[in-house]
Amino acid sequence: MSSKWVEVGSLDDIPSRGARCVDTYEGRLAVFRTAEGQVFAIEDHCPHKGGPLSQGIVHGASVTCPLHNWVISLETGKALGADEGAVRTVPVRVEGGRLFIALGSRAEKAA
Amino acid sequence: MIEKLVIIGNGMAPGRMLEHLLEAAPGRYQVTIFNAEPRVNYDRIMLSPVLSGEKDYEQIIIHGDGWYVRNGITLYKGHRIEAIDRVARTVTSSEGVTEAYDKLVIATGSNPLIIPVPGHDFAGVLTYRDLDDVNAMLLAAQSRAKAVVIGGGLLGLEAAAGLQSQGMDVTVVHLMPTLMERQLDPAAGYLLQKALETRGIKVLTQANTKAILGNGKVEAVELADGTIIPATLVVMAAGIRPNAALAREAGLSVERGIVVDDGMRTSDPDIYALGECAEVGGRVYGLVAPLYEMARTAAARLAGDESARFVHLDTPTKLKVTGIDVYSLGDFADGDDREEIVLRDASADVYKRLILKDDRIIGTVLFGEVADGAWFNDLKKKAANISEMRDTLIFGPAFQGGGTSDPAAAVAALPDDAEICGCNGICKGKITSTIKAKGLTTLDEVRAHTKASASCGTCTGLVEQLMELTLGDAFDRSAVQPMCACTPLGHDDVRRLIVAKSLKTVPAVMQELEWKTSCGCAKCRPALNYYLVCDWPGEYADDYQSRFINERVHANIQKDGTFSVVPRMWGGVTSSKELRAIADVVDKFAIPTVKVTGGQRIDMLGVRKEDLPAVWADLGKAGFVSGHAYAKGLRTVKTCVGTDWCRFGTQDSTGLGIRIEKFMWGSWTPAKVKMAVSGCPRNCSEATCKDVGVICVDSGYEIHFAGAAGLDIKGTEILGQVKTEDETVEYIAALVQMYREQARYLERIYKWAKRIGVDEIRRQIVQDGDRRRSYFERFVFSQKFAQVDPWDERVSGKDKHEFRPMAVVGFAEAAE
Ligand code: SRM
Ligand SMILES: Cc1cc2nc3c(=O)[nH]c(=O)nc-3n(C[C@H](O)[C@H](O)[C@H](O)COP(=O)(O)OP(=O)(O)OC[C@H]3O[C@@H](n4cnc5c(N)ncnc54)[C@H](O)[C@@H]3O)c2cc1C
Ligand code: SF4
Ligand code: FES
Repeated sequence: MSSKWVEVGSLDDIPSRGARCVDTYEGRLAVFRTAEGQVFAIEDHCPHKGGPLSQGIVHGASVTCPLHNWVISLETGKALGADEGAVRTVPVRVEGGRLFIALGSRAEKAA
Repeated sequence: MIEKLVIIGNGMAPGRMLEHLLEAAPGRYQVTIFNAEPRVNYDRIMLSPVLSGEKDYEQIIIHGDGWYVRNGITLYKGHRIEAIDRVARTVTSSEGVTEAYDKLVIATGSNPLIIPVPGHDFAGVLTYRDLDDVNAMLLAAQSRAKAVVIGGGLLGLEAAAGLQSQGMDVTVVHLMPTLMERQLDPAAGYLLQKALETRGIKVLTQANTKAILGNGKVEAVELADGTIIPATLVVMAAGIRPNAALAREAGLSVERGIVVDDGMRTSDPDIYALGECAEVGGRVYGLVAPLYEMARTAAARLAGDESARFVHLDTPTKLKVTGIDVYSLGDFADGDDREEIVLRDASADVYKRLILKDDRIIGTVLFGEVADGAWFNDLKKKAANISEMRDTLIFGPAFQGGGTSDPAAAVAALPDDAEICGCNGICKGKITSTIKAKGLTTLDEVRAHTKASASCGTCTGLVEQLMELTLGDAFDRSAVQPMCACTPLGHDDVRRLIVAKSLKTVPAVMQELEWKTSCGCAKCRPALNYYLVCDWPGEYADDYQSRFINERVHANIQKDGTFSVVPRMWGGVTSSKELRAIADVVDKFAIPTVKVTGGQRIDMLGVRKEDLPAVWADLGKAGFVSGHAYAKGLRTVKTCVGTDWCRFGTQDSTGLGIRIEKFMWGSWTPAKVKMAVSGCPRNCSEATCKDVGVICVDSGYEIHFAGAAGLDIKGTEILGQVKTEDETVEYIAALVQMYREQARYLERIYKWAKRIGVDEIRRQIVQDGDRRRSYFERFVFSQKFAQVDPWDERVSGKDKHEFRPMAVVGFAEAAE
């Protein structure tokens, strides 16, 4: 499946240990920045009951969902601990401080 | 025929390249170098020791004038190359010299980034890149005046340390929350800040420079939050950018730097680039080790060895500030395919962290003790499997093989006169004998009887091990419920130590109390944040990212991700104007549900996050402030109609409720606090099941506390009866302050009271007037910083980013 890199802002737009949303035609994504400066993007939709993960507390490379405290790995999108489920992860790239996310093939169709 | 090799730039990278080239292919090239700096090749890294006075320029020269003469190299000092003509194959300098080349090497290094704030071009604003900068700084330092360094990275901190040792009063202004965040995790960044502050350098983090003030000459630096720092010297050390303009103008391929292949060749096969200006494999570099690797590769290629290739290697970062040891290598981010080993020694300010993946080291952060850095780097390079020595790995090579590494065995082996508690001078024998003689079984008992671990608490682990040794299975360590998996300490110990050791930031707590994780978890971070807010009013800067979403955006999140908005309605009293404003907001923002709450006010539910600031702006115009319906803080003060209207009312219960709410709103508490004031014992506002309640009677005010009517149901206890409203307010505020200072995070008043005893609370608040007044005064002081309407702040633009998506990507953009 081919995908396309789209610029969505700069690294400084996201607070450290925080997240920002990006609305896309593939749905709402959450882009996270960890204390150590890593950046991840996942669907903003908790596998439990759809909680907005972008609103959770970020610790290490995971986020705790604000609704019922599931802990989701930002790297794999999988729920950690005893909970089971996963969200889609989206490739991100930082280049010279600018942020890019990879959107899927649906863009091609629209073009 | 001898080929002509021309080099642009005479920095560290081409200098090293020439050494290799002269060795591999002597006499093959006739070499000409143009250098914009009017000097020979010197060790740029050592500028910091020159600035601090530990070295002088002569000592850092790499190739003196004689070296160029001996090797037949022409060096044009002070010549900046202004154009490359790739057709004619010539370069032309600012002084008018044109030179032909067969092979060209571009090594123009980097340019320091100048933040384009107003005043950036004033006299007294310097960067930190070359000897001229250092000389200018040394000159400025003679005035012994104040300097501001913008940027808390490697360069900024070295500049700050240098200027300080030249007698200047230095403040470092750093945009990020912790220093050197690219190389260090927050824990090490905290220790670094502490070490710099100890030597007198002021450090401001999360500080955004707004302008440099002055009249053509620097007088001060202004930050975005309005702070003004007087200074006559400003050093901008906010980063570097590869110097690739010349190459770009010549039509070479340039991304972040000049793009080269792994043989250092640019898009023109006769032109090479190396050093900080070059980009290889998508990376640019800012430390010399990889640049030297580039130099080796380029020299080999120029000597005709086509097999030489540049390979990426992580380079450790070390800070060259005498007396501060920092080491960072590789990837130090968290991840669930990674594990970390953390060793913290708070008494020695040591922090070591290894990041492992598949039983191999992938990153290292060391502070305080860096001697083992090389060994860890070696293991990482070799990708050695460390599973065999995992338990002792962090102690370094000295611990591998032989020796005892079991801490319990080490404690057992200690002699009876070994000192365990340094603060109180208590030795091992005293502790073990007291445990036996008095039959002690808990840590608190041992503290009470021996004083060991009762002061700073850092020996708690040792004392517990002694208890385990002495009591065997009779000692139940789990009697203390740890705060979370990040620490063995319970909430009470953490609170006590925060005060005892004056810990004022989250990283400080984590370091000094030897947290097992590098940045905590969703359980401990909000708790620590509360403890610090409570204990250091006015000093501690709230850590917004450690708050639960509701407290971060000042509204309650709902199951569909929308929010509810509950404005304060003081004492449950409203007016037509307020109701009209609410009605208008509901219509304007199409808010789906409006409900009267159980707390005597109105809830607007289903507001979209993006709309929150606009909703608050409209409510604010009508005089509303946040109702804190989301906060671990004061929620509502319910009232009844009292003497105003009620035929039974004995006192002005409505007025007193409003007075209490206006006095106490905004205060952060361990868990939510709800109050009520009833005008007579009929108790229409249900004061006897609240956290704090008042029942008005003819002779005064009966103060109640520790009620519950949620998950548990419990009638209140009586604190005491007072005669005046003023006393009522003083007693209540003192009680709440005592609760704020002592309770565990998320512990409601009734649970706290049960744990420490209702009598004890009465003793401190009712019987001990001095103590009551000091609680009261501390509450009043902390309110100075707490009574800021969070909605109003956000309407004025604070945390703007919270309420907007960073980007909206429609089909059009994606398919462009
Ligand atoms: C809105 C309201 C219900 C209503 O429509 O009346 C309400 C709504 C919620 N309550 Fe409540 N409680 C409301 C009055 C109460 C009351 C009655 C009162 O305050 O007089 C109680 C019993 C008294 C008490 O506090 O114990 C009450 C006991 C709880 C509890 C149980 C607390 C406990 O320790 O026992 C929770 C859960 C918690 O806090 O962890 C809770 C939590 C909640 C939360 C915050 C649930 C959540 O975490 O999202 C609800 C938020 C809804 C929202 O977004 O507004 N709510 N809740 C009331 C708001 C009052 C206000 O104006 O601020
Ligand atoms: C204060 C300081 C401390 C440092 N500490 C460390 C450290 O501890 N460890 C570490 O690994 N690295 C450190 N570095 C970084 C290291 O010094 C650099 O990575 C290295 O010097 C870069 O070498 P280079 O040859 O690419 O460029 P430079 O050494 O910057 O040389 C580039 C030269 O090219 C000249 N030039 C530019 N444009 C032109 C032109 N058009 N025509 C002619 N000449 C031109 C410039 O005047 C300059 O002299 C430090 C740097 C500084 C400034
Ligand atoms: S019962 Fe309630 S309303 Fe009636 S007098 Fe007493 S306080 Fe007032
Ligand atoms: S929706 Fe995320 S934990 Fe329930």
